[in-house]
Amino acid sequence: MALPLLLLRPILLLSFLLFAPIINFKAALGSVTEEDFSEELLLRPLPDRKVLAHFHFRSRAPHTSSNGRHHHLFPKAISQLVQKFHVKEMELSFTQGRWNYDRWGGFDPISSNNAKPPGVELWAVFDVPLEHVDDSWKNLTHALSGLFCASVNFLESSTTYSAPEWGYRPAPGSLRYGTLPREAVCTENLTPWLKLLPCRDKAGLSALMDRPSIYKGFYHSQRLRLTSSEFESEEGGSGIVLQQTLTVVVQPDSERNVMSYSHETKLQPSWSLTSIFGRMVTGRCVLAKSSTVYLQLDRGLVGQLDYLQKENELSNADKSVYEGFSSNPGFELSVKPDRVLKELNGFEKKTPSVVYEFYIEKYSESRPFDLGLTWKLPVVWSCQKAPLHASRFLMGSGNERGAIAISLRSTEVSDELLHTDMSEGRCKLEVKVFQVVPWYIKVYFHTVRVYVNEQPQEVSDVVEKMRVSPSVDKVSPGVMEMVLKFPCGMKSAAITLEFDKGFLHIDEYPPDANQGFDIPAAIICFPNFHTSMQFFTDKSVDRSSILSKFQENNAVLAYTEVLLVPLTTPDFSMPYNVITITCTVCALYFGSLLNVLRKRVGEEERSAKSKATKETGRLRQLLSRVSAKLRGRPFELPQPPSNSSSFISSKLILFILVAGIAVFWQVYFG
Amino acid sequence: MEVKEEQSTKRKKQKQGRFWTWVAASVLFRLILIYFPKNLNLSSRPEVSTPLTSLRRLAEGYWLKQSSMSPYAGSMYHGSPLLLSLLGPLTVKRIEGQPSHLLCSLVFVVADILNAMVIRATGQTLQVAYRQSLKSLDLDTISESMEVLSSGDIAALVYLWNPFTIVACVGLSTSPIENLAIILALYGACKRMVPLAAFGWVMATHLSLYPMILIIPIILLLGYGPDTPRKLLLMRRCGKVEDNSSSDSCQQQEKVINQSDLPKVFAWGPPMLFLLWAIMWSVYVLLLCGISVKQYGGLWEMFERMYGFILTVQDLSPNIGVLWYFFAEVFDFFRNFFLIVFHMNILFMIFPLAIRLKHRPCFLAFVYITISSMLKSYPSVGDSALYFGLLGWFVNELSEMQFSFCLFSVYVGVSLLSPVMHNLWIWRGTGNANFYFATAITYACLQMVLVVESVSAMLNHDRKLKKLTNAKLQNGKS
Repeated sequence: MALPLLLLRPILLLSFLLFAPIINFKAALGSVTEEDFSEELLLRPLPDRKVLAHFHFRSRAPHTSSNGRHHHLFPKAISQLVQKFHVKEMELSFTQGRWNYDRWGGFDPISSNNAKPPGVELWAVFDVPLEHVDDSWKNLTHALSGLFCASVNFLESSTTYSAPEWGYRPAPGSLRYGTLPREAVCTENLTPWLKLLPCRDKAGLSALMDRPSIYKGFYHSQRLRLTSSEFESEEGGSGIVLQQTLTVVVQPDSERNVMSYSHETKLQPSWSLTSIFGRMVTGRCVLAKSSTVYLQLDRGLVGQLDYLQKENELSNADKSVYEGFSSNPGFELSVKPDRVLKELNGFEKKTPSVVYEFYIEKYSESRPFDLGLTWKLPVVWSCQKAPLHASRFLMGSGNERGAIAISLRSTEVSDELLHTDMSEGRCKLEVKVFQVVPWYIKVYFHTVRVYVNEQPQEVSDVVEKMRVSPSVDKVSPGVMEMVLKFPCGMKSAAITLEFDKGFLHIDEYPPDANQGFDIPAAIICFPNFHTSMQFFTDKSVDRSSILSKFQENNAVLAYTEVLLVPLTTPDFSMPYNVITITCTVCALYFGSLLNVLRKRVGEEERSAKSKATKETGRLRQLLSRVSAKLRGRPFELPQPPSNSSSFISSKLILFILVAGIAVFWQVYFG
Repeated sequence: MEVKEEQSTKRKKQKQGRFWTWVAASVLFRLILIYFPKNLNLSSRPEVSTPLTSLRRLAEGYWLKQSSMSPYAGSMYHGSPLLLSLLGPLTVKRIEGQPSHLLCSLVFVVADILNAMVIRATGQTLQVAYRQSLKSLDLDTISESMEVLSSGDIAALVYLWNPFTIVACVGLSTSPIENLAIILALYGACKRMVPLAAFGWVMATHLSLYPMILIIPIILLLGYGPDTPRKLLLMRRCGKVEDNSSSDSCQQQEKVINQSDLPKVFAWGPPMLFLLWAIMWSVYVLLLCGISVKQYGGLWEMFERMYGFILTVQDLSPNIGVLWYFFAEVFDFFRNFFLIVFHMNILFMIFPLAIRLKHRPCFLAFVYITISSMLKSYPSVGDSALYFGLLGWFVNELSEMQFSFCLFSVYVGVSLLSPVMHNLWIWRGTGNANFYFATAITYACLQMVLVVESVSAMLNHDRKLKKLTNAKLQNGKS
């Protein structure tokens, strides 16, 4: 009986797809009644001869109250996770490599939302009473660890996660944030992530994900973002929305172009999907509601092309730059785009960004989609950068103490942006800093120093708001949230914090203790600057999940570098020696003091009379012998030299001789 | 006769003058060191600033308190809330053109001077008592030789000029203040100022917990009076002698003892009064602490963070003791056992020592302080500075101590080698932890030898006195 049912299922799903327009209509109204799935890929040439590929998969499931607990498209594991741990919002990212904010952009939605620090980052907002948030978090980390074959469960320990109040995201109390900077990310994490997609990597855009070409890139970040309104009281919320993104920065092979151009050094490398991924798109995932590929041109690139166009206009009177893609002076596309979208409300002075849209529905096995971009002229442009370039570094040497410094340099963008504001009078540049420091970096928060244009400033002048939760040894990390307001004409700023390095128990060191310990990336946020790209004026944006994501009004956000702090190590090989030597000293103290106290007057007199040196005397004799040696006087026995004492001394000499030989042997032959 | 007296007063005056010049010189020396740029980095030395005594941590605690958080919120500050409200404002206040730590340093210099003065006064009291008891035993010959050495002055100068004291004072550690409380307790007990003794003891216990064991010497001091050779023993021996010899010598002896104004038996009044005062002071101190930490975690948090931190050795950063490395290396399941063992080691020796040295309560206090500074969880050179100062009190009694030169040279060696090893391990990375731990072990052994040898020298001294009186009695008889 089971087999026919299984066969029936895809047919049913297909029949659902026939009603896709109805679903779309309902989705446009803001409530989802059916599960849907969409796949999209955004490609963008980067100024430094690289290409950004951004896969975006969105699955939506309606509210359980309307749809029950059974799912057709939506991954069951995720919905169970949401049900069980009452997750309101969650984001998990696995990243390798560092996003280059200078070259790959720092002011667009992708860099703000999808550029993540290396390793694993997880944050979650729970819809449970505040006292149960920690328990939910711990359970969630274990569940995710199993789900993604990663050591996310290390985030369970209270030393690794923190509860930011407003520095990261405004969700006081119920938000938990944790990172594992040293987690190695590889295909074993990608495979379970792909399993959540209805077509896995067998069909559709995800079929492009050729493992070697993804992992040989400069940066890849695999992300899972979950938003649920399951637990909100009113009916008809959006249910659960799962967004899975994979952001890859790859360098296309430029060897093919070398032959055809003489000045290939200046020319951007031409690329196509096959040259990047080694595969083509052979059709869409049949379960997907929409399957689209976008090619986005930066504002800077468009501006540059405009300029080229104007130059060319003299010789070649062609009107439209973007629509007539084949006649574009800068590059040539191998596939004709289905639609060209222009950004509506860019910055006044900037040229708008342009997006070419390709619908994959039209392509099939017999007619695969292989988008190629061939540069015709050398184009040099730069990406739009964040208002301030943030970097973080360590100061000081040695393993006892040091200082963390966050340096902020103004970019040309901020100059332009701020000059417009300058006319409005008092202008301040607001920066939010969120930093988590593990407990073995013992930060002295009273040593916060702020420098503006390399001049020390009064902290209270610059720091608008500050929340600190100091670290507790082996219990919780230190958290610092700050809002800083800098004057607009500022060229550079720096924040320094001094710290002492902690000393750990030998069991607390990782296997490679001498490599050092990581301080998670700090988050620098510019709440007054938003990354919003409007491509539509009407509701039709809902058709494209990437473009609707672009439209969201998020603040510009940047991560700093992860810092590597070397800590001193004890000697791992000799706990036994330390224990025995220390205990010996203790025993020696106890025994000899007790011995001194025990001696009675009468007893001593008696012993002096009999002149017998026994047990207690022997030690004293030895000590006095040593002292006599030190004083440089010949040792005189306190008694008349009897046979026994000479016997003892000869025995002692023999003993010392043997011990000396043993030590010698140990040193030279051991 | 008059000429002789004049001469002696003149000599005394001269000596006094010399003493005060040395004190002034020591203050000057400290001020010069304070004005060195960056304070010579002494305040970050592990020998000087332990987690308990570091002024930097105190500043952090004060900052936390100022930003309306509990000063014990992180694991930075582990000191007393009273110290926080006393020294905290000084860490922030700056005088233009002066080093930023000047005010705190001045407080510590003043504390050091006070310490020296109180040590001197106590030493003089002790010397007077000692001379009296010698006189009562007809042993004036010894006291003649003592005339040259005034143990109070020596102790004060040893305290002031000890490099350990100077380093602890200039290095901005709070140990001068802790030492002040301990010395005040001993001084009060010597001078029979019961409220002062109780205050000192309560404060010392509050600040660093280990001085709690000083309650035994203080009660003995109040009960028996300052250090004397063993009177009770002499009397008993006298009683024994009575059987087989003529009784007049014994009567003479007894008469002598009665003449001395020191009580011959334990007086119960002052110790009871002391306990009463101690209870009052501790209630008072707890009340003050309670008020200052009321809006945060309350008293329980304070106890946990101050005394729990001391007793459980949570901070494993290197210091001159041995426990940090021991607990960094020991297996976790033995940790509690060894915590108990090491703390019991301090407690175990209390009663044997008290029984044997009950006639010398000040010396007993010195031995207790040395033992606790050897076995405490976060020792610093400030503790060593204290017991060296107190050692000066017994310069006459301990003149026949063995290995004193050896001890001195090893002390010098360790205090030179220990920073070198620390530098090799932490800063250069060419040495490892064992290098530094070896110096720590040597230092512990050194203190052990000091304790053992000084106790044995003190017992021998008593024996010698007894022998001399015996001989005198025998002579008198024959």
